[in-house]
Amino acid sequence: MMIAGIDIAQLVAMLMVASTPILLAATGELVAEKAGVLNLGVEGMMIMGAIGGFAGAVVTGSPALGFAAGAMAGAGMALLFAFLTQVLLSNQVATGLALTLFGLGLSALLGQSYQGIKPPATEKLTFGPLTDLPVLGPVLFNHDWVVYLSLALVAGVGLFLSRSRAGLILRAVGESHDAAHALGYPVVAVRVAALAFGGALAGLGGAYLSLVRVPQWAEGMTAGAGWIALAIVVFASWKPGRVLIGAYLFGGVTVLQLRLQAAGFAIPVQLLSMAPYLITIAVLVIISARHRRGAQVAPASLGRVFHASR
Amino acid sequence: MIRLERRAVPSRLWTVATPVAAVLATMVAGGILFAALGKNPAEAIRMIFWDPLFGPNASYFRGQLLVKAGPLILIAAGLAVGFRAGVWNIGAEGQYIMGAIAGAGVALAAYPAESPMIFPAMVLAGALGGWAWAMIPAVLKARFGTSEILVSLMMVYVAQNLLAYMAFGPMKNPQGFGFPGSRNLQQYPSAHNPELIAGTGMHWGVVAAFVAVIGTYVLMHRHIAGFRIRVAGDAPKAARFAGVVPGRLIAFCLGLSGALAGLAGLFEVAGPSGQITDSFNAGYGFTAIIVAFLGRLHPVGILLAGLLMALTYIGGDLAQLMLRLPAAAIQAFQGMLLFFLLGFDLLTNFRIRLGRARA
Repeated sequence: MMIAGIDIAQLVAMLMVASTPILLAATGELVAEKAGVLNLGVEGMMIMGAIGGFAGAVVTGSPALGFAAGAMAGAGMALLFAFLTQVLLSNQVATGLALTLFGLGLSALLGQSYQGIKPPATEKLTFGPLTDLPVLGPVLFNHDWVVYLSLALVAGVGLFLSRSRAGLILRAVGESHDAAHALGYPVVAVRVAALAFGGALAGLGGAYLSLVRVPQWAEGMTAGAGWIALAIVVFASWKPGRVLIGAYLFGGVTVLQLRLQAAGFAIPVQLLSMAPYLITIAVLVIISARHRRGAQVAPASLGRVFHASR
Repeated sequence: MIRLERRAVPSRLWTVATPVAAVLATMVAGGILFAALGKNPAEAIRMIFWDPLFGPNASYFRGQLLVKAGPLILIAAGLAVGFRAGVWNIGAEGQYIMGAIAGAGVALAAYPAESPMIFPAMVLAGALGGWAWAMIPAVLKARFGTSEILVSLMMVYVAQNLLAYMAFGPMKNPQGFGFPGSRNLQQYPSAHNPELIAGTGMHWGVVAAFVAVIGTYVLMHRHIAGFRIRVAGDAPKAARFAGVVPGRLIAFCLGLSGALAGLAGLFEVAGPSGQITDSFNAGYGFTAIIVAFLGRLHPVGILLAGLLMALTYIGGDLAQLMLRLPAAAIQAFQGMLLFFLLGFDLLTNFRIRLGRARA
């Protein structure tokens, strides 16, 4: 199917690839925020995942090990954040900013010798005759395994939060840490675990950027993707299914914008490049205006410091 | 068993001591980092913190100190007012860019006319440019409750793209042989922000930074508005009863920090930098966040923190040149400093007690 010279099936397939880093990071951040912690360091965790994953894949020659390294780098950063905010009780907003600034610096430092290298390719999976189906084939059955993993993670997180006992405890900690503490739930441990999970996913998303999406290492290559992931969590009203919609919507805008650039439209490249950020703002405004009229949807303890007095 | 006990009032001793402790800890951790990179840690630390002030070429570097500290202090002084009130403007980098574009725009529009009115008009335009850019998140926050953190940050990327567009498009020097970038304002006397006293690095932006420090000190510590801002940050509900209108507070804090960031951008583009290019912004807007916290959100502290951070920039450049230390190392170093500061801050608000809690 072609519209204005752009193949729609191909566009959707590209959109899924473009959205995956943000989808992963936003899903991870959603879990952390559901546990009541606002980690503004997503950008820093993502970029550390990007260099960690890239270095891991180049050194071992295996993209899979690279993704594992990226997830570990992200989780490591998240544990640093967890130590500061949960043990040393620091301000979450300031600590998140510090994590981002530190991650951007450290990743650039570690990435010095990885510039201009091509990483080992992550193969696309094929599903025999299914892959050759018109339209559905390229959209659903011809991606690398990380795309499928990201979709599975969204579903898994959704089920975990809504259907499991552990998910219920996590949400309780996020809604009222004092009540959860009084009931004997380990508030700090739950939050540290949620943060580490969120960091691992952000790292995975970063690794996807440097190993598949670009695929190369460049300083500051996340270019605000972590912040957009944070915005998508708000857009999604803290619901995993809507994170998927938000991430794919954003990916669609990015791909379309790149397509228009390539098609040589009369709009300057730099102005087209603003589109994803402006649309993120527009979406945030619409969502927050709706929330203002309706009920509070953010976890009630989000961003508040927990200190058990006894 | 180690236990934390909240202090009734923050410790005054630790309020002052934590930044010092954080700087020392960063030196140690940074030394380890530099050693891991295969550099002599003692030499690197000395080069960053000592040589720019007292080393062989110190007379040159001392002038650079004010050039780098000026914008950092100017931006951080404004940000700290907002941070005190719980208004998180983290898009100062974007407001800095917009101030530069607006101010340079006035100059380029007036070129080649010479008039003593041009520079004041640029200053006004710079402040307005930053102010207007900051009012976007302010209005959205006040009107719709949209997170000012995310919007102000998104606006940085928008501003960066606009800057690139300006450098390659409307503001490109028609006599620049096709190279991107605007006319150099250093060669346009009416628009140039010159060094006021040779060799000191003192330009109008540094003067503005000192004025901003004094101004925000009076505002925050000698004026009822500052009291309200602090109450709004510490106890939002109490502030409402005291008659603080949240929307106005948000607009004031974001507008003030945006205008100051815009001024910093204008003074930079008309002075040390000289022209609008796509890489004109050097991250001052983000580093100023570290400066604000390192200075304990207090104007005098910010003055000192800005000078210290400027020192690490200059020392970092020096270490880059002499030791081939990567440029990014200093960025990681600055991030580390903020971590240590936030961690040590525990001691300001809590007492560490050994033994079990009394029931």
